[in-house]
Amino acid sequence: MTPFRYLRTRQGDDPVALLSTAGNGAFIAGGTTLVDLMKLGVENPSTLIDINSQPLAHIEDLADGGLRIGALARNSDVAHHVLVRKRYPMLSEALLSGASPQLRNMATVGGNIMQRTRCYYFRDLSFACNKRGPGSGCTAMESFNRIHAILGTSDQCVATNPSDMSVALVALDATLRLRGPNGERTVPFEQFHLVPGQTPYRETVLKPGELITAVDIPKSPIAAHSLYLKVRDRASYEFALASVALALEMSGGKIQSARVAFGGVATKPWRAHDVERVLTGQLASEDLFAKAARAAVEGAQPRRDNAFKVDLLQRTLIKGLRTLTALAVSGDGHRGGAQ
Amino acid sequence: MAKDSQTISSLTEETLNAEDNLTAVSFDVNGRSVTLSLDPRVTLLDALREHLHLTGTKKGCDHGQCGACTVLVDGMRINSCLTFAVMHDGQAVTTIEGLAKGDELHPVQAAFLEHDAFQCGYCTPGQIMSAVALLSEPVQHTEDAIRENMSGNICRCGAYVNIVRAVREALANGSLTA
Repeated sequence: MTPFRYLRTRQGDDPVALLSTAGNGAFIAGGTTLVDLMKLGVENPSTLIDINSQPLAHIEDLADGGLRIGALARNSDVAHHVLVRKRYPMLSEALLSGASPQLRNMATVGGNIMQRTRCYYFRDLSFACNKRGPGSGCTAMESFNRIHAILGTSDQCVATNPSDMSVALVALDATLRLRGPNGERTVPFEQFHLVPGQTPYRETVLKPGELITAVDIPKSPIAAHSLYLKVRDRASYEFALASVALALEMSGGKIQSARVAFGGVATKPWRAHDVERVLTGQLASEDLFAKAARAAVEGAQPRRDNAFKVDLLQRTLIKGLRTLTALAVSGDGHRGGAQ
Repeated sequence: MAKDSQTISSLTEETLNAEDNLTAVSFDVNGRSVTLSLDPRVTLLDALREHLHLTGTKKGCDHGQCGACTVLVDGMRINSCLTFAVMHDGQAVTTIEGLAKGDELHPVQAAFLEHDAFQCGYCTPGQIMSAVALLSEPVQHTEDAIRENMSGNICRCGAYVNIVRAVREALANGSLTA
């Protein structure tokens, strides 16, 4: 591992100011992504600013009925928080479907949003990767690419965004609060992550030296009837091959409005507005679900080993729709079970 | 601005030894206060094993994928391989060596013995630390929930059936005394 300077901040220190003096520096919180990638030689910060002492771990009930989650809140604390479970079950389920209890105790909300792809070629210095080495090529294009993306890809990169939590946050119309050398700003979550295009090394709109301080989730009555459904190679402790975050507002048998986002299949947390439009104002039916599923994979670009995801994503969405419409009609509420 | 630069310089002085880049860290390990001067690259796992010679905590994958390195920090289970030791100043670390009271085993250790919940034993310290943490986590005590919440600990021998039995018994006894 490349040597680095370690700066332990205390309350009252300004980590943003510290980083601005640090050259090739990085913030560290849970460390579950960064330490892993430093061991692999993929990340080589010359300075680490430890922000764990900063007062950014609060989960705060906002006056307008929304929720503010501090960037240092641990994934486990968010997942088990009573207001998260009540107002945004899809978020709790997404968090609990990710990683392991140990990792969830370490990983923070800010770090989860910033986690890097699990593409095997990105994580291994012996392969070409346009994210790691801009212009060096993409090994995944013509090599084994079973876990890779079918949505939002480019001829430069087909790496999936691995976060489950972010899929829920993009469905929930969350807003990110950022603090940088030039002050504070907010960014709608959907605009935070970037598709690779011709610049796959640019993954977010975060500017150099900026720190995520919190995520605001707006009041969302629809989100009380929501779920996160994740499909993977084993029942637990595995990244998604396909996942769906889904919220439906039902009236009688009719879908009044919908929030739909996908994980495991796309280069960024994927909000599916087209699918929402297909569902909105329609009577729930198998025909409608099939139509929504077709809209989900419109424009999908499968490669040699991941073509199965075109089917898998549609089936996952349909299963989610069946589950949530049946529950909404019977009024039972959703009870876990997103495996 | 003056205040900021002062903060930066005092921080730098306090946490860096410019010559060799060693960083001081003090934490409590199994009830004992220790102070170490470490290269910041040393993980908590390596600090425990190589610097404090507490080799009960195991290094499996060293990438947070197997759970063999599980320890408790301030009562919460974490993967000690994915965190730098210097990040734990002032915290309390509990390892497998810290569970028994003399010859009296922790109830989870006793349950693992009783149910023969291991074969080669390499993952066992991590399994036991996870199970100890589970006693204070908001999870159900069903077999499915135990399997889900022990999924961060991989057992290559496949001793899962007996691990689940042991954890289930420990949870049942723990909840009776709680």
